[in-house]
Amino acid sequence: MNAQVQVSAPILAVEHVAVHFGGLIAISDMSFEVREGELVSLIGPNGAGKTTAFNVITGFQKPTKGRVLFRGNALSGLKPHEVAGLGLVRTFQRTSVFDKISVFENVLIGLHRRTAPSLLGTLLGLPRERKAEEELREQAWEILRLVGIAHEADEPGGSLPYGDQRLLGVALALAAEPQALLLDEPVSGMNASETARFVELLNRLRAKGITILLVEHDMPMVMGISDRIVVLNYGRIIANGSPSMIQNDPDVIAAYLGGGVKHA
Amino acid sequence: MNRYFPLVALVFFAAVPLWLQDQYYLHTLVVAGIFMLAAMSLNLLLGYTGQLSLGHVAFFGIGAYVSALTSLGFDVTVFGRQISVEPWPPFLGLLLGMATAGLCGYLIGKLAFRVRGAYFVIVTISFAEVVRLVALNWVDLTNGPLALPGIPPLTLGFEWTGYVTLWGKAENYYVVLVFIALAYLLMKRLVQSPYGRAMIALRENETLAVSVGVSVTKYLVLAAVVSGAVAGLAGGLYAHYIQIIDPMIFMFLNTVTMVIIVITGGKGTLAGPVVGGLIFGLAPVFLRNYVGPEVQWILYGCLMILIVFILPQGIVPEIERWFNRAKPDRRNDAAGQEGSSVLALARSGRANH
Repeated sequence: MNAQVQVSAPILAVEHVAVHFGGLIAISDMSFEVREGELVSLIGPNGAGKTTAFNVITGFQKPTKGRVLFRGNALSGLKPHEVAGLGLVRTFQRTSVFDKISVFENVLIGLHRRTAPSLLGTLLGLPRERKAEEELREQAWEILRLVGIAHEADEPGGSLPYGDQRLLGVALALAAEPQALLLDEPVSGMNASETARFVELLNRLRAKGITILLVEHDMPMVMGISDRIVVLNYGRIIANGSPSMIQNDPDVIAAYLGGGVKHA
Repeated sequence: MNRYFPLVALVFFAAVPLWLQDQYYLHTLVVAGIFMLAAMSLNLLLGYTGQLSLGHVAFFGIGAYVSALTSLGFDVTVFGRQISVEPWPPFLGLLLGMATAGLCGYLIGKLAFRVRGAYFVIVTISFAEVVRLVALNWVDLTNGPLALPGIPPLTLGFEWTGYVTLWGKAENYYVVLVFIALAYLLMKRLVQSPYGRAMIALRENETLAVSVGVSVTKYLVLAAVVSGAVAGLAGGLYAHYIQIIDPMIFMFLNTVTMVIIVITGGKGTLAGPVVGGLIFGLAPVFLRNYVGPEVQWILYGCLMILIVFILPQGIVPEIERWFNRAKPDRRNDAAGQEGSSVLALARSGRANH
């Protein structure tokens, strides 16, 4: 898998990104690339800056320095919905679903990017817009089936079991037709069988050619599924390589076992 | 049966003037209908996007003044330049009032939605106050506190059909009814389309909505434009029906009436403002024999507090829940095929396809 990956171009490039919150340095200097079709995991102890990195990439947080490139185009200054519009879509750690709205309609909202009905046509109830709406519903069912929560289509998002809520969060993001999908701790709180199901789903998404950047604490899962792992600690990258390289990296072991950070 | 309810209601109300001859009751219904229309427009903002406009009467009043002034004609000097406008047909005035109010909605939306929530409330209140002061002090144009009397009633027809002037209460009743039906249909199509879904998504969870590509400003501004235009239409209808308007039209109480109608009926439901409008529009008819107008307002306040405590979602959602409980199997039947084919939150119990 790695050999095939290396020939493809970077879809996402993070270049010397730094984020300062006043005196606090959340990310000091971060650069990495994700190639087309690759699954890269971003790991690190709590507070290492993983979620901040996600926020910067998707336009929710302005970097103090540096920039993010998606397919070679700088995302500087784009609003989050514009970044999503380019096909770079994320999920969230906590607020991942519209909890009062039914699962099916959650996905319909996610499908927002795929429709551009004319306002006039909508107000007049033209057949074209009705047909588009029907196609949208069909797509929503497809996504629900793909993710495996079609049987819960009528339930309010917030009433789903925790694991299924995470799946719905992914369904929402998938509905937005991502070329690159950023998943923020998607299996946290899932039990082993739910995690296994989720890994299967990730493999299906990869088969569809979706590039994935993953933030996750579940190490067995990360080691099993990633092509490459980027390790973040105290706002900087301390290692970047294949799972087996990462597992034997002394800096990574020190960071995780609490050996402290050696100042470079 | 549920889906035909709006039609049944429409037929019922269309039949009302056939047996109701009492002019006072008809008048009450017309005014109730006009406020219902205004409340429907407020509901789009408050109910579907979740933004509270406490200056909604500004759009109503702008629609009223623009429609009144253009159909009366006016002469005014602005920056030393003389502007004279010949009287227009009232119907064109009505449309122009709508357009102006919609444009104001656009401007307010563009300005205010950079900061949402409480700031939007403040901006809308201030906007209404500014417009009121303009109406009060630009005496050359608006006659100020002396009011604009003699506004012509609406006329229908074309050159080749001849014109009908709507002097009577029953005629105006039908005009208002038609506009309510049109506005209902328009709102229904809007909120059940991807546009409405985007608005609801922004209301429910803005961050998440943005992450799947929903533009905040685009949809909030759209809601403000449609809402402003419909409120302007209601104002224009009011002006041509009452035939005299003064700056009192901008009083805060009118906004409060709209808010009460929406909250009581059920915000974020299509039927909510209709039900709320009927309750608060017709309440004076039943109360006037017993208490004076001031006491009535106190009673409305109490009624609203009571409803908010007992039915926090409003009357319509409660009726729906009750209705769904009565036939619990419905949902499971639908689950296999089309599922919840209508946005649950946009769905009024009375919505049809």
